[in-house]
Amino acid sequence: MENVLTENIIDVNKVRKEFLILKREVNGYPLIYFDNAATTQKPYRVINALVTYYELYNANIHRGVYSISVEADEAYDTAKEKVRGFINAPDSKEIIFTRGATEAINLVAYSFGRQNVNEDDEILISAMEHHANIVPWQVLCEEKKAKLKIIPINDNGEIIIDEYKKLLGPKTKLVSVCHVSNTLGTINPVKEIIRLAHEKNIPVLIDGAQAVKHIRVDVNELDADFYTFSSHKMYGPMGIGVLWGKASFLEKMPPYQTGGDMISSVKFSGTTYNDIPMKFEAGTPNVEGAIGLAAAIEFLNSTGIRQIAEHEKELLDYATEQIKTIEGVRLIGTAKNKTGVISFIVEGLSALDIGILLDTRGIAVRTGQHCTEPLMDRFEIPGTVRASFAVYNTKEEVDIFIKELKKTINMLK
Amino acid sequence: MNSKPVNEIENEIIDEFSFFEDWQDKYEYLIELGKKLKGFPEDKRTDDNKVKGCQSSVWLVANRENGSVNYKADSDSTIVKGLIALLIRVFSGQSPDDIVNAKLEFIDKIGLKQHLAQTRANGLSAMIKQMKMYALAYKTTDEIASVAKQSQN
Repeated sequence: MENVLTENIIDVNKVRKEFLILKREVNGYPLIYFDNAATTQKPYRVINALVTYYELYNANIHRGVYSISVEADEAYDTAKEKVRGFINAPDSKEIIFTRGATEAINLVAYSFGRQNVNEDDEILISAMEHHANIVPWQVLCEEKKAKLKIIPINDNGEIIIDEYKKLLGPKTKLVSVCHVSNTLGTINPVKEIIRLAHEKNIPVLIDGAQAVKHIRVDVNELDADFYTFSSHKMYGPMGIGVLWGKASFLEKMPPYQTGGDMISSVKFSGTTYNDIPMKFEAGTPNVEGAIGLAAAIEFLNSTGIRQIAEHEKELLDYATEQIKTIEGVRLIGTAKNKTGVISFIVEGLSALDIGILLDTRGIAVRTGQHCTEPLMDRFEIPGTVRASFAVYNTKEEVDIFIKELKKTINMLK
Repeated sequence: MNSKPVNEIENEIIDEFSFFEDWQDKYEYLIELGKKLKGFPEDKRTDDNKVKGCQSSVWLVANRENGSVNYKADSDSTIVKGLIALLIRVFSGQSPDDIVNAKLEFIDKIGLKQHLAQTRANGLSAMIKQMKMYALAYKTTDEIASVAKQSQN
């Protein structure tokens, strides 16, 4: 497929042609999909990659000596290599395919956590984390009688670095924070966060679920120890995600799940485990997902992540300017450095009502707590309306959104 | 007691909704009903009386009057309040038995089920369940009282 990229600007109309779903109508109106932080739509090349796999070379991998199994094998390995390049990891053996970012974090909590965290130890997360980066640590801490410490954020929704520094102590065994907040859109200064932790020899996990589709991530340059993300939030299929970890950690960590593929030899007297990454990929992996994810990476690379980020920033600024002028609107998440997420509440109105009414006009936004209940408590609000943008969204869609939002507010007031 | 039986009120609601052409109009009507629903006693706005939905909170209380059940409810969502208003219209003044046995077909027939009830978001099904629980509790109390009375005789 030819490159959509032309220098710095994105030809949105051309991009939109790859997303057939954007042609459909919802409740009699053209679909305006503004829930991209929950999941993005999939370009045709991703869908086609899945179909082609099943139509032409579906076979189980790592076992067959026959041609189509070898083809599937190669496609899976190529996908790993694509992911490696995508985040500039040193070695593709450090790429572990999981069900998603959630499973990736659970894997680290289970394997690294149970091996390295003991009574009275501490794990640091921030106040803006998604439940997926809270609950696995809570469970671990409960089990180990360890402590989960929360890095506070300011009213703009930014991590307070001075407070973070104070929390880094001799008992801290891991820092786990998001690269980008799913609710606020805040881009956290993860490089600085990692550097400060490393000064005290504390490893850092970065939850990149919301970052990889907007930011060119280089795990090597960040010097992260673990980095996690999901395919479906970056134009790829659901059901697959990535845990990248430094080989020095992964090699020492015990398996997370056991079964086929992750073993080296099984005797009734005992089992020896395979090397990484196989050690962490028990059972038949999600081959179609890997192939789809590779196609999504191609889509991102050929469109240009920097260009996508600029386009989304433009939409964000455009929408923010207009939404600020609507009476009663309060923005939640006003960090200096943020991506295409706009979260807000309207005084006296329920986010749910706004979401329901916008849907009658074909506009899909997310309402509620966005799996960040503690963050809602931090802002003392029950929930927000969240519009989140992707490469295929347009200023015209923002205009319609703003117009319908104003109507909705008038209707409810 | 409510003079009309449950299914008659349900039919009235179905009739009213049949005039609306699209969902925007149906919601507009629900919002109107929601805005009119007032008079929830402030001292009852407690966690004990809260019916938990994922994205909206509903407070619900019930009392008995001459054998029938009356409800009062409130929500932070105006649309959910509109739904409550419909439920109260159907249920209030009915006997515990009629409430427990009500199939509430109107929710399906006016299209609400398809649009709203399948999501956990609005807590509609939790609310119906809670209303029926109150009725069931009254019904059980009646039955116990009646058994006690019989054994006395």
